Amino acid sequence: MAATDEIADQAAQNVPQAGAALVPEPDPSAVVQLQDVTVVYPGGNVGLDGVSMSIGRGEWVFLVGPTGCGKSTFMRLLLRELEPSRGRVLVAGRDIGELPRKRVPKLRRNMGVVFQDYKLLPNRTVYDNVAYALQVIGGSKDNIRRKVPEILRLVGLSTKLHSYPDELSGGEQQRVSLARAFVNHPPLLLADEPTGNLDPNTSIGIMQLLYRMNQTGTTLIVASHDHDMVDRMRRRVIELEEGRVVRDERAAGYRV
Amino acid sequence: MRLGFFLRESWRALRRNAAPSLAAAATVLITTLVLGVFIPVVRAATSKTNEVRNKIEIEVFIEPDASKAEIEELGNQIREIDHVKSIQFVSKDQAKQLLQKRVGEDILENVPPNFALPPSYRIKLDNPANIDQVKAALQPVGADGKPHLVNPIIQRNNGIKDREDETAKILSATRTIKIVLATLAGLLILASILLVANTIRLSIFARRREVEVMRLVGATNWFVRWPFVIEGLLVGFLGGVGAVFLLWFAKVTIVDPLSDSLALVAAPETINFRVLAVVLLVAAMVVSAIGSGITLRRFLRI
Repeated sequence: MAATDEIADQAAQNVPQAGAALVPEPDPSAVVQLQDVTVVYPGGNVGLDGVSMSIGRGEWVFLVGPTGCGKSTFMRLLLRELEPSRGRVLVAGRDIGELPRKRVPKLRRNMGVVFQDYKLLPNRTVYDNVAYALQVIGGSKDNIRRKVPEILRLVGLSTKLHSYPDELSGGEQQRVSLARAFVNHPPLLLADEPTGNLDPNTSIGIMQLLYRMNQTGTTLIVASHDHDMVDRMRRRVIELEEGRVVRDERAAGYRV
Repeated sequence: MRLGFFLRESWRALRRNAAPSLAAAATVLITTLVLGVFIPVVRAATSKTNEVRNKIEIEVFIEPDASKAEIEELGNQIREIDHVKSIQFVSKDQAKQLLQKRVGEDILENVPPNFALPPSYRIKLDNPANIDQVKAALQPVGADGKPHLVNPIIQRNNGIKDREDETAKILSATRTIKIVLATLAGLLILASILLVANTIRLSIFARRREVEVMRLVGATNWFVRWPFVIEGLLVGFLGGVGAVFLLWFAKVTIVDPLSDSLALVAAPETINFRVLAVVLLVAAMVVSAIGSGITLRRFLRI
C-alpha cells in the first residue's frame, strides 16, 4: 500500500495543465482533441453525442462512466477503427479523419494500446509478442534484442521471456501487453479497462507501471471502472454518460 | 532480412496450426489429384474427336474425258480457296482400287470390264466447320443468281459431294462431346478453387483475432498478409507435390503397363506428364496463395 500512497502524493504535486476542455477550436498543445464529435452506429445507437475535449501532453486522464457510456467508442475513434459521424478527432494537431487508410498503421504505431483482455498473440512467446511491435515498424535485430529484454525487465517479467501467454497469470499477461504497448515509447498510451480482470493487488502493480510510463512524458488515457484506482491516483477524470461528457475535473475521484 | 522474417513467420504459423494447415494441404492434394486424372482424359477425348472430325472431306468428281492440263488447273483453283488445307487427286484406277478395298473383292468380278469410276479431288479443310463455305466457293453464284460450277470439268450432277449425312452427324456429335467436356472441366476447376479457398478461409478465420491484434499494433496490411500468402504457397506446394507423386505412382504402376498392350491408352496427344506435373503444382500453389491473400481482405478492412 505504501507504494500507491507514494504515487498518489507525487500525483498531487503534478499540476494539471491549464486550458479549457470544452472549446472546439484547435489547440496546438493538445495531444488529443475532439471537436463536437458524434458517433452514430449503423442501426441508430449513439456512441458519442457532441463530445468536445482536449487532452494535453503528458496528461493522465481517466475516462469513467457506466457500461455503454461511450468509453470504448472513444478508444476506437482514436485508433481509427471508427470514424465520427460528425465532428473532428485530432491527434497531435492532425485530423485523423483525413488520414488515408494506408497511413492508419503509422498512426497506430504512435499509440500504445492495452486492453482488458490483453490481446496477446497466442502463438508467440512473451519475448516474441513484444518483439512483434518492433518488427512491425521495421526495427533492426540489434534494436529488438536490446529493447525487448529491457522493457520486460521494467515490467518484471525477465524470467518469463519464453513462456506462452496461456502459461501466464492475468496480471502477467497484462504486463506483457503493457510492455508491448510501451516498447516503442509512444507519445500516447490508451488503456481500456487495464485492471478490469485483475485482483486489487495485481491492479496496483499495473497502475505503478502506468505511473512510470506517464512520468516519462507519455500521455495516458485510461478507461476504467476501478473506483479504488481512480480515487487513489487523483488525476483528471472525464465522466461520460450516454455519450455525453457530464464531468471533466482535475485531480478528481471516481465519483463527485 | 524482411523476407527471412516473413518466412519464419509462415513457418511458425504452419507449425503451431498444424491441424488446419494439414486439412488445407489434404484438400489441395485431393482436388489436384482429381484434376490430374481428369485433364489427360479430356485431352485424350478431345484428340480422338478431332481425329474423327478430320476425316470430313469434300469430293469433287471430274468428267472422265478431262485432260491432264485441265485437271491440273482445277487443282490449282481449289488450292486457292480459303480454308482448304490440302487436296489429293484420285485417278480412275485409284478410285477403282479404293472401291474394291471398301466393298471387298468379289463385287468387281460382276461388273463389265469397261466400267469406270470418275477421277476426283479429295479436299481436306483446316476446320470441318467451314465445309459450307468451301462448297459455296466451288460453285459461286453467277450473274443470273444461280450457282455455277467453278470449272466446267466438274461433273454437272452431284459433282461435289461431302457425304452430307455423315458430315452433319460427325459435326454435331463431336461438338456436343466438346461442349460437355469443356463444361465438366470448367465446373471441376471451379469446384477445386472454391473448395481450396474455403478450406483456407476456415484456417484463417480461426486466426482472425491474431490479425486484429497485429493491426492494432500498427502492422500494415501487407506486413500481415505476406506470411499468410507464403503459408498458402507452402500448403499448396505440400498438397501439389503429394498429388503429383500419387499421379506419377499411378502412371508407372497402372497406366504404363496397360499402354504397352493397349494402343488406346497411349493416345498420341495425351498430355506430357512433366508438363502436367508442373501445371498442377503451380496451379495448386497459386490458388492457395491467392486464396489466403483474398480471404484476409475481410479482416484487414478495419
